[in-house]
Amino acid sequence: MIRKLAGLLATLLATSFVIFGASYAAPGDPVTFLAGGKENLTPEYISAIRAQHHLDDPFLVQYGRWLGDAVTGDLGRSLQYNDQVSDLLAARLPSTLGLVAYTTVLFVVFGVGLGVLAAVRGGRVDAAVVAGTTFATSVPPFVLATALTSLFGVQLGWFPVMGGGSPWHLTLPAVTLATGALAIISRVTRQAMIEQRELDHVTVARASGLAERLIVVRHVLRGALGPIVTMCGLVTAGMLAGTVIVETAFGLNGIGSLLVNAINTHDFPVTQAVLLLMVTAYIAVTTLVELVQPLIDPRARRSG
Amino acid sequence: MTAVATLPQGPAAARPFGHRAATAFLGVVVLAAILAPLVAPYEPDAVDFAATLAPVSGDHPLGADQSGRDLLSRILYGARTSLVGPLALLAIASALGVALGTLAAWRRGWVDAVVGRVTDVMYAFPGLLFVVLIVAVFGNGMTTAVIALGLAYAPTIAKYTRSLAITECAKPYIDAYRVQGMGGFAICARHLVPNMARPIVGYLVVLFGEGLMSLATLSFLGFGAQSPSSDWGLMVKEGQPAIVQGAFLPVLVPGAAIALVVVSFNVIGVRLADRMGVRGS
Amino acid sequence: MMLLSVEGLTIEAGGRRPILRDVSLAVGRGEIVGLVGESGSGKSTIARSVLRLLPSRARVSGRVLVEGDDVLAMSPEALRRLRASRVSMIYQDPRSSLNPVRRIGDFLTERLVHTLGRPKAEARATAVELLAAVGMRDPESRLRQYPHELSGGMLQRVVIAAALAAGPSLLLADEATSALDVTTQAETLALLRRVQAERELGMLFITHDLHLAAAFCDRVHVLYAGTVVESRPAKELFDSPRHPYTAGLLACTPELGAPRTIRPVPGRPPSLDDAFTGCPFAPRCPHTTERCTTRHPEPVAVAGGSAACHLLEV
Repeated sequence: MIRKLAGLLATLLATSFVIFGASYAAPGDPVTFLAGGKENLTPEYISAIRAQHHLDDPFLVQYGRWLGDAVTGDLGRSLQYNDQVSDLLAARLPSTLGLVAYTTVLFVVFGVGLGVLAAVRGGRVDAAVVAGTTFATSVPPFVLATALTSLFGVQLGWFPVMGGGSPWHLTLPAVTLATGALAIISRVTRQAMIEQRELDHVTVARASGLAERLIVVRHVLRGALGPIVTMCGLVTAGMLAGTVIVETAFGLNGIGSLLVNAINTHDFPVTQAVLLLMVTAYIAVTTLVELVQPLIDPRARRSG
Repeated sequence: MTAVATLPQGPAAARPFGHRAATAFLGVVVLAAILAPLVAPYEPDAVDFAATLAPVSGDHPLGADQSGRDLLSRILYGARTSLVGPLALLAIASALGVALGTLAAWRRGWVDAVVGRVTDVMYAFPGLLFVVLIVAVFGNGMTTAVIALGLAYAPTIAKYTRSLAITECAKPYIDAYRVQGMGGFAICARHLVPNMARPIVGYLVVLFGEGLMSLATLSFLGFGAQSPSSDWGLMVKEGQPAIVQGAFLPVLVPGAAIALVVVSFNVIGVRLADRMGVRGS
Repeated sequence: MMLLSVEGLTIEAGGRRPILRDVSLAVGRGEIVGLVGESGSGKSTIARSVLRLLPSRARVSGRVLVEGDDVLAMSPEALRRLRASRVSMIYQDPRSSLNPVRRIGDFLTERLVHTLGRPKAEARATAVELLAAVGMRDPESRLRQYPHELSGGMLQRVVIAAALAAGPSLLLADEATSALDVTTQAETLALLRRVQAERELGMLFITHDLHLAAAFCDRVHVLYAGTVVESRPAKELFDSPRHPYTAGLLACTPELGAPRTIRPVPGRPPSLDDAFTGCPFAPRCPHTTERCTTRHPEPVAVAGGSAACHLLEV
C-alpha cells in the first residue's frame, strides 16, 4: 500500500518534471518560447516574463517553485486569455467531467453487456460482436465524430451539431468516445468470461442444479469481474486524453479543446497545466484501480 | 475435470476471406499512392470555385471540397503522406526501440533499470499526450508529429524487443559466440537482432494501423500535416465546416479511407499475431 | 427399485472408439459401489452422465435411471431438480471445486437458497449444522472464510458438507480423496463412510486405486477402455480376480504384508484414438489368444458376479 503510493508520487514527480522541463528543450531562448513567439517581444515584456517565471534562478529552483505553485493551485497566467489558468480550468472542467461520466456509463453498460452476450450466446451473436468490435477499434474517433455529426446531427437533425451544455449536446460526443472503449471492454469481458466458464467450480455449480442464469451471474461474471473492472478503470483514466479529440471535433468547451487551442496559440502555461492535470488524473485513477483489486478478489488481500 | 459444454470458437472461418480482402485493398492503396500522378484526374490542390462542394459526378467521381478541389485526386495523393508518415514514424520508433530493448536485455543491471524507468514515465502519459507535449514545444508540423510519435512508440517496441531478446540471450549459441571472443556489439548486431527480426516485423505491422490512426488524429487536431497538404486527417479537419452545409463528402471520403486502411491493417495484424505468436502491447 | 441403475450406456464423442461401451451397473440404497480404472477408462464419464454433464456433441444411448427416472430423457426443469436435491457429486480437487472469490458460506447456502428456495437464515443454520457434522471446528467463523484460507482436507470437508446439504439419496465420489495427502485421505474416507452409513446413502465411489476400492466398497466394477471388464463383490474380487486386467492391477501395487514381485501391467492405457476389434485389453494381456484380437468378449457369470474375458468362456 505504502509502496504503491510512493511509486505513484515518484511517477508524478517524474512526469511533472518532464512537463516543466519541456519548455527548456524548445529551440531558442525560453523567453521567446514562454512569450508565445517573437512578435510579442518588447523589452518590458521580456523582463516581465523573466520575473514571472523567475528565469534568472537556477533550473531546479524554478522547477521547485513551479511545482509548489501548482500544488497550491497557482498554475500561472494564460498568455492568450490573460486569466488565471486555474480559473480557466475550473470553468471548463465540469463540461469535460460530464462528458467523461456520460461516456463511462455508456461504455460500461454496453461494453459489459455485449461481452456477456457474446460469451453466453456464442455462435453468430459472438461472431457479430467480435467483428463489430474489431471494426469499432479501427475507426479513429475523429472520423466517427464527423460521421455521427453528418448522419444524426445534420441529415436526421436529432442532435445539435456543435456546442455543449446539456446532456443532449453531449450525446454524440459521448457515443463517439464510448465506441472505442466499448469495443475494448466487450472483448475483455468476453475473454474473461470464456476463461472463467472453463473452470471446475462452474461445472460444480451446474452439477448442483443452479439455474444457468444464476451460474452466469454468480460465478462466471463474478469471477471475470477483476479484469473487467481493471480495464474499465484504465479506459476511464485514459479518457481524459480522448476528450482532446472529441471536444475539438464537436466544438465543446472543455479542457481537451482548451489544450488544443493553447498549443495552436503557443499558450504554454495553459498547455502545461492541462497536461499536468490529465496526467495526474490518469495516474490517480490507475492507482485507484489497483487499490480496488483486493475488494474484488479476496486472494489479492494476502499480499496487501 | 475437463470442460463440459463445448465452447463457441472465435469466428475463425471469417478470417481467411477478410484477410485476402484486406491484403487486396492495401495493395490497391499502395498502388494508388505510387501512381497518383498518373491516375488522378486533377492536381490535388487545383482550386476551382465553380466546383465548390460539387456532388458525385463524372467530372468529380468523389465530389469536391469547399475550394472545389477534386476529392478523388486529393485522396490519391493523400495516400502518399498517409502511408509514408506511419512508415517513417515506425522506422524511428523501431530503430530506437530495438536498440534500447536489445541494450537493456544484453546489459541488464542498471541499464535495464534506467530504460525501464524512462519507459514507465512515458507510459504515464495517457493516449497521445506525450506527443502533444512535444508538438507544443517544437511547433506544429508533419516532421515534428512524425518524430514525436516515433519517440512515443519507441518504449512499446523496446519493451517487446527486450522480452524477445532475453529469451534469445538464454540460448546457447549466444554463449558460443561469446566464448569465441566475439564482441557484444557484434553479437547483437549480427546475430541477436537478425534472429528477432521476424516477430519484430510482425509486431510493426500490428502497430502500423495504430500509427496511421495516431498521425491522422494529430493532423486533424492541426498538429501534423499543414494546409495545403492532402493528408487524410487534415482533409477531415478542413472538410468539417462543410458538414453544417449538408455536404458530407469532404469528411466522409477521407474518413472512410482512414477507417478502411486501419481495419485492413488490423485484420492482417491479428492474423500475423495468431501465426507468429506476437503478443499485443 | 435400485437407487441408480445404468443400463447399456454407450457414449461416443468423436474419438475412434466410444468413451463408454454398453456399460451397466447398479447402486442400491445404503450401498457403496466402487468403479475402478486407469485414467481415460471412462469412469468419470459415468459419474457425469448420472448428472447429464456430458460433452454437448456426445452421442448417447442407453438409460441412466435414478429411482426409476431416466436422467438422459428428463426435461431441463426435472434435471435441475435432480441435480439440486437427489444426486450430489464430490470432486477430485476441492480447491478448484469452490469459487475462489466467494465465501465458504455462499458455497454451502447457494444450492439451498437459489435452487431449493429456502430462506437465507434457515440455509445458514443448515450450513452451520453441516459443517459441524463433517467435523469442522468453529463452523460459524468458517462460513465467513474464503477457500484460499483453508487447507485441502478442510475444503474437501466443505465440499462433502455441501453435497449433503439438500439431503440427496445418491452420492457420486469422483476420486474424492486422490488429491489429498495420506492422513487427510484416511480422515476423509472415514468421514464419507460415516455420513453414508448415517444417512443410508447410495454411493458410487470412483477411484484408480483397486486396493482402496476393495477395502472401502461393497461391490466393485473394473473399467477398461470404456467397458466393464469385471463386476464382483469387493472381497471376492480382491481374493481371486478373474479378469487378467484386474489381476494385473492387483499385482502392480506393492504390499507390505506379503512381499512379492511387482509386475506392472505392460503397455500404456488406451486413448480414445485406439480402436479395438476384439478385447480392448488384448494388446496388454499376457494370455492373449487369436480369438481375443478378433471377437469382443461378452460378460460371463463368475463367482459373485461377472467378467468379460474369452479365457473364462467354456
